[in-house]
Amino acid sequence: MVERTPLLNAACHAILLGGVAMVVLPLYLAFVAGSLTLDQVQEVPLPWVPAGHFLDNARTAWQSAHFNRLFLNSFIVAVGITVGKIAVSLLSAFAITYFRFPFRMTAFWLIFVSLMLPIEVRISPTYESVANAALPLQWLAELLHVADGWRALTGHQVEIALEWNMVNTYPGLILPLIASASATFLFRQFFLTVPEELCEAARLDGASPMRFFWTILLPLSRSNIAALAIILFLYGWNQYLWPLLFTTDADMATAVIGLTKLVPKADSLPAWNVAMCAALLTLLPPVIVVAVLQRSFVKGLVDSSK
Amino acid sequence: MNAGNDNGLKRAHFDKVRLPVLLLLPQLTILLLFFFIPSLRALTQAFLLSDPFGNSVQFVGFDNFRQLLASEVYRESVQVTVVFTLAQNALTIAAALVLAFASDRVIRGKGLYKSIILLPYAIAPVIAGILWAFLFNPAVGPLAQLLRGAGVAWDPNRNGTDAMVLVVLAASWKHICYDYIFLLAGLLAIPSSLMEAAAVDGARPLRRFFTIGLPLLGPTLFFLAVMNFVYGFFEVFAIIHAVTRGGPAGATNVMVYKVFTDGFVNLDLGSSAAQSVILMAFALVMTLLQFRYVERNVNYDS
Repeated sequence: MVERTPLLNAACHAILLGGVAMVVLPLYLAFVAGSLTLDQVQEVPLPWVPAGHFLDNARTAWQSAHFNRLFLNSFIVAVGITVGKIAVSLLSAFAITYFRFPFRMTAFWLIFVSLMLPIEVRISPTYESVANAALPLQWLAELLHVADGWRALTGHQVEIALEWNMVNTYPGLILPLIASASATFLFRQFFLTVPEELCEAARLDGASPMRFFWTILLPLSRSNIAALAIILFLYGWNQYLWPLLFTTDADMATAVIGLTKLVPKADSLPAWNVAMCAALLTLLPPVIVVAVLQRSFVKGLVDSSK
Repeated sequence: MNAGNDNGLKRAHFDKVRLPVLLLLPQLTILLLFFFIPSLRALTQAFLLSDPFGNSVQFVGFDNFRQLLASEVYRESVQVTVVFTLAQNALTIAAALVLAFASDRVIRGKGLYKSIILLPYAIAPVIAGILWAFLFNPAVGPLAQLLRGAGVAWDPNRNGTDAMVLVVLAASWKHICYDYIFLLAGLLAIPSSLMEAAAVDGARPLRRFFTIGLPLLGPTLFFLAVMNFVYGFFEVFAIIHAVTRGGPAGATNVMVYKVFTDGFVNLDLGSSAAQSVILMAFALVMTLLQFRYVERNVNYDS
């Protein structure tokens, strides 16, 4: 709408500049602190212009936090969550929208219910499950008295001690975070808007269901997949609580966890310069993803919250 | 929507049984192992009393809940959580609303402003916490020094209110972008004919915003309030753990942090599970509210 409101427009620019400052200022100050020596970072007041030690501090941070390994872990976890969640979600969304089979609605509701509880409210039992993923099987075996039955039949005593420990493994880090069905619903919503004629035509041409999936449905979903992938990558990279429980082996920690070990405690050297460097390094990969793929990112954010 | 029929099945579909079961298997296996079994175990644990080493387990009914409600520490934790989420919610929505209004009005530089304001979404809550912990660190933090200069005795390590202000600021800083993008999309979705009609009637931009824009944003605001509560209840764990560890003297000991300390540090599994169940109930209500209102909210494609 064309309307002359010079004063309001100026105010709006001022507000937005304020918003920009609010975002940029903490990052800038972290950068300044990251470029100082240990003595300089303790000066009062803190300098407002960067000095020249950023690369030194970055090297110190990188080495003392073993970021080589931790960044690799973070990438594996983030990509694992992204690929894993999208793959299982696409398949199950395809199943519940394109097939008629018994218990279809049961499957639908089982998946639906999983949207409701974030992992934070079930951490300790989830931890137990991951510490021994065979626990439910063992429990079932005990319940059914498999061992007694076996002894009665054959006279042999067997000890059932299944164990499948996933602590300090990538599957242990990744799988529990895939266990929610938000992406399934996103794809289901999208599949419901795909024209019926495409499937009818595929069936008339004698295409198998999987062929329809690969050659028609998947290419159509490309932009949804891309948008969701960005959100899931950020989600995976930025996870904290779950990897925190897994850091019994320092080599399996993620970058975000390694970073917190560099933050000065009350009785240690106030090496905030190194900590701020590490913080900037750790936030860089997801920030680059968002900055470069801005358009898909916004779509993914809005879609995945529906 | 052109959905085939009302139960979400396409009109053109396949009548097979084995294939869809195979397709669902990965999802359902993961859900069973890492969602349903843990959730059920949390539910049963809440009614059990077990010693920290898991040697003896005893059914105690609602005792864990009764003890929780009687506990001063737990009531304090609930109170802290309420104060935190309300403050965070108000700050986030107010800032996002002002920014969205301004973004909707300006023409030049709009894309750049938006890109920068969105950046914190990519930053982990724990990193946001660490950044703000540094800025407000009483010894070296530049903002703490400014406050000192202004005569404020700032010390989040000793003063509970200061610690709360710190975590609210850190949590809001990270989350404003989320509310902002939804409000901006909501403003863009308002038919321009409405605004034009009001303009012809002589309503100035601010007045149009308050009498037309804001009421039409109602559903979006409600949705965001729900999402902010979910964020404030669950995702704030990282900030608390990295910045205040619930202190000083329990001033920032929010419920999700207490679940963690009681379960993994104090090894009081029964109480931790009972707290989990209370949080589950809350999450359930929030999700249902979200679904109830989100359906009216689907036209964001911009």
